[in-house]
Amino acid sequence: MLRRTSLFIPGNNPAMLLSANILGADSVIFDLEDAVALNQKDSARMLVKKAITTFDFIGIEVLVRINPVSSPFWKDDLREIIEAEPDGLVIPKATKEDVIAIEALIEELEEKYNVSKKVSFLLIAESAYGVEMIAETLGCSKRITGVLLGAEDLTADMEVVRRVDGEEIDYARKRVVMACKAFRVQAMDTPYTDVDNFDGLLADTEKAKALGYTAKAVINPRQIDYVHQVFAPTHDEIDYALAILQEKERAFTEGIGVFSYQGKMVDQPIILRAEKIVAMARKLGLIT
Amino acid sequence: MKIEKPAQAGTLESNDIYVQLLPAEGEGIEIRLKSVVIKQFGNQIRKVAAQTLSEMGVTECLCLLDDKGALDYTIAARVESAVKRSLC
Amino acid sequence: MKNSLNREVPFNPYQGIRTLEPRTFEVTKNVISGNKYRESLAELIKELNIKDGDALSFHHHLRNGDYVLNMVMEEVAKLGVKNLKVIASSLFAIHKPLVELFESGIVTEVYAAYMTGPVAKAISEGKLKGMCMLHSHGYRATMIQTGEVTVDFAFIASPACSMSGNVSGSEGPSNCGVLGYAIADAQYAKKVIAVTDYIVEPKDVEIKAEWVDYVVKVDKIGDPKGIVSGTTQITRDPVGLKIAKMTLELMKGSGLLKDGFSFQTGAGGISLAVAKDVFEYCKKEQIKGSFASGGTTSYLVNMLEAGIFEFIYDVQCFELDAVASISRNKNHKKMSAAQYADIYNPDNIVNRLDFVILGATEMDTDFNVNVTTGTDGVIMGGSGGHSDTAAGAKMAIIVSKLVSSRISVLTDKVTTITTTGETVDALVTDRGIAIHPRHQALIDHLKATTKLPIVDIHDLYQMALKLTGIPKRVEHEQRVVALSQYRDGTLLDCVYQIKPE
Repeated sequence: MLRRTSLFIPGNNPAMLLSANILGADSVIFDLEDAVALNQKDSARMLVKKAITTFDFIGIEVLVRINPVSSPFWKDDLREIIEAEPDGLVIPKATKEDVIAIEALIEELEEKYNVSKKVSFLLIAESAYGVEMIAETLGCSKRITGVLLGAEDLTADMEVVRRVDGEEIDYARKRVVMACKAFRVQAMDTPYTDVDNFDGLLADTEKAKALGYTAKAVINPRQIDYVHQVFAPTHDEIDYALAILQEKERAFTEGIGVFSYQGKMVDQPIILRAEKIVAMARKLGLIT
Repeated sequence: MKIEKPAQAGTLESNDIYVQLLPAEGEGIEIRLKSVVIKQFGNQIRKVAAQTLSEMGVTECLCLLDDKGALDYTIAARVESAVKRSLC
Repeated sequence: MKNSLNREVPFNPYQGIRTLEPRTFEVTKNVISGNKYRESLAELIKELNIKDGDALSFHHHLRNGDYVLNMVMEEVAKLGVKNLKVIASSLFAIHKPLVELFESGIVTEVYAAYMTGPVAKAISEGKLKGMCMLHSHGYRATMIQTGEVTVDFAFIASPACSMSGNVSGSEGPSNCGVLGYAIADAQYAKKVIAVTDYIVEPKDVEIKAEWVDYVVKVDKIGDPKGIVSGTTQITRDPVGLKIAKMTLELMKGSGLLKDGFSFQTGAGGISLAVAKDVFEYCKKEQIKGSFASGGTTSYLVNMLEAGIFEFIYDVQCFELDAVASISRNKNHKKMSAAQYADIYNPDNIVNRLDFVILGATEMDTDFNVNVTTGTDGVIMGGSGGHSDTAAGAKMAIIVSKLVSSRISVLTDKVTTITTTGETVDALVTDRGIAIHPRHQALIDHLKATTKLPIVDIHDLYQMALKLTGIPKRVEHEQRVVALSQYRDGTLLDCVYQIKPE
């Protein structure tokens, strides 16, 4: 499933749950953690569970951010939510130990409720330890589909000030994306918190894209279209990719193995990248 | 089962419902409803609340509802939550 | 008797859209200049010889800051007359003192294009002993011009007025911009009384001295801050903003959003968001429209000053920015209600509109729209310019959330028909866009070239029901308290007295 944007939706807020499936994000994250007060955790998980089974989420990925393993809430979160069969869980402050514990309980619950599909994991790397140990963590479960960098909690953990230029999270950003590429999972960039600054949002997203991120979490629906704009292939990229594939077809029919286009040799990685771009462009309806 | 311990769930925000469970004043389940859509959905709201209480095994309680246009699933979730809070 | 929309009405049933022969109306009123000036409103009212059953008219350009209606009626009530008709172009919360006059029988009939607040509630509760006619802005001018309704005394709140009775709306401490709804009253009422707080020879005369019988000075005719009444803020709700974006795409897909286009929007939060999106799109694509009309807000003024439109045609100012713009922009033109929307005037502004963006409390699967009553049956508005602009515009687009606090905008049968589906072209909601089947070519084009969620209105209705459940129809009393009147004078629907809480 396409995942360029993931929109956080406070789990205890029926007004916001109502519009979750129409705001245009590729995936929604029903939040049981930071958006829910401590004394409302029990109500929130019941509400989210029922919301998942009430609304239609066709073409939208449904994720639930549970509470961290260090909290007293995570087991009850899972016991309530798994039955509703969300597409995935977002695991905050994820470490290898946390993921293993969560997966063990989920295996039990999935069997108990006889679910039709296994739930996936989106890990949040938001502590120094979490970022440092990311490669180990990624190796411990086959359910992991991606990592979200959580810069707010991370900088708090590192006891540094969050900056507009992102200098303080530069290493973490690069480390996380490298580990994601190594394990072939998605790297999702941290949300841009200045919600009225769309130029800043575009610049921040472009920066992340250049590093290899293919998605960004959003905290306000107005950010969605801007992020989609960045993660869409440009007209030039699409034209180039189509030309490459056309050349490839021509070379194939003429029995030529390796060919060149516009003076550059075209080998397998370039062809694969062209295929990905064309597939994405088709999915986005940019070409037929 | 009778509700002994008072409990609340939900909020007064729009699209939500505020549920208060109290020990019964009379016999059985009594539901008192205030709602911004009472004319259009009053009966339906009561039905969902009563059904949820009954599914959870509640036989006696006073259930006060202050509704701001909550959909059925929200009513069920808030009533269920109030019952669980009352029982723990 | 049933009208063509299958609604029960007591007389003059609506029979579908008619093309009427154009008519011009001659203003013959010519007041011989004499001693028009009076210093005491109370004394003047005694002098007027108001009788039982007379019709008194007022305009609402000072909106919820109007003092004149209340001041006049307070004095009139002391005369001992009864069964009066109040013909107010609109009524707001500030006009609450009228309720007592309903209860005492001093006022027994009301005509208005829009009403809100305690007066509207009182009429819904049955406190008006006679009938309330709810008509469009355009029809108010029409009915006065044709003589279908006779105004005995027109009390015209006049921000600037000369001793001889030349009146302007755009000067003075109570500057309200334009007096569009007062023009027909001034031209045809038997007696015209200009009530002013600022004696001056006005620069831009809207109401001529030869139509005015009396000029009376009072301390204050109103509070201009009351003009900004409620609904003129762009929505911040992300769902509303999404609806606005979809509406822009629809407008683009219609092929009408190009150089020379004309545009009007209501003052609701989502409608204004559409105006903003249109503004940004036109700026980017360098599209130059011909005119915007309204009901004017600062958003339209911004568009005029940015060169997106050549003209604004203004029948009423919703905001002080719009009031100020009239004085500083020569292309911000005043117009009368007749120039705006009189059905007998084929060159009226509404007929020249490409787009109008409107709201709705309810809409049914025949595209009929209700802006007169809420789903609870209480009067909370009225056509205003709704049915006029929908009839005239090439594309009348209704914008609304599909479901809000469990109430769906779509219903099987609207409580009150304000605007007939024959004049409505599309409904844009957060969960889908329904386009009237008469536009099959447009539907096909949009489905082929855009990703807009075009759906059948019946399917959209089912989507709403699935979310909310099936609502119980709100019961009402048998008594008809108001009549929803179309711009050709026929009756669209009845408004019934509500049941007590």
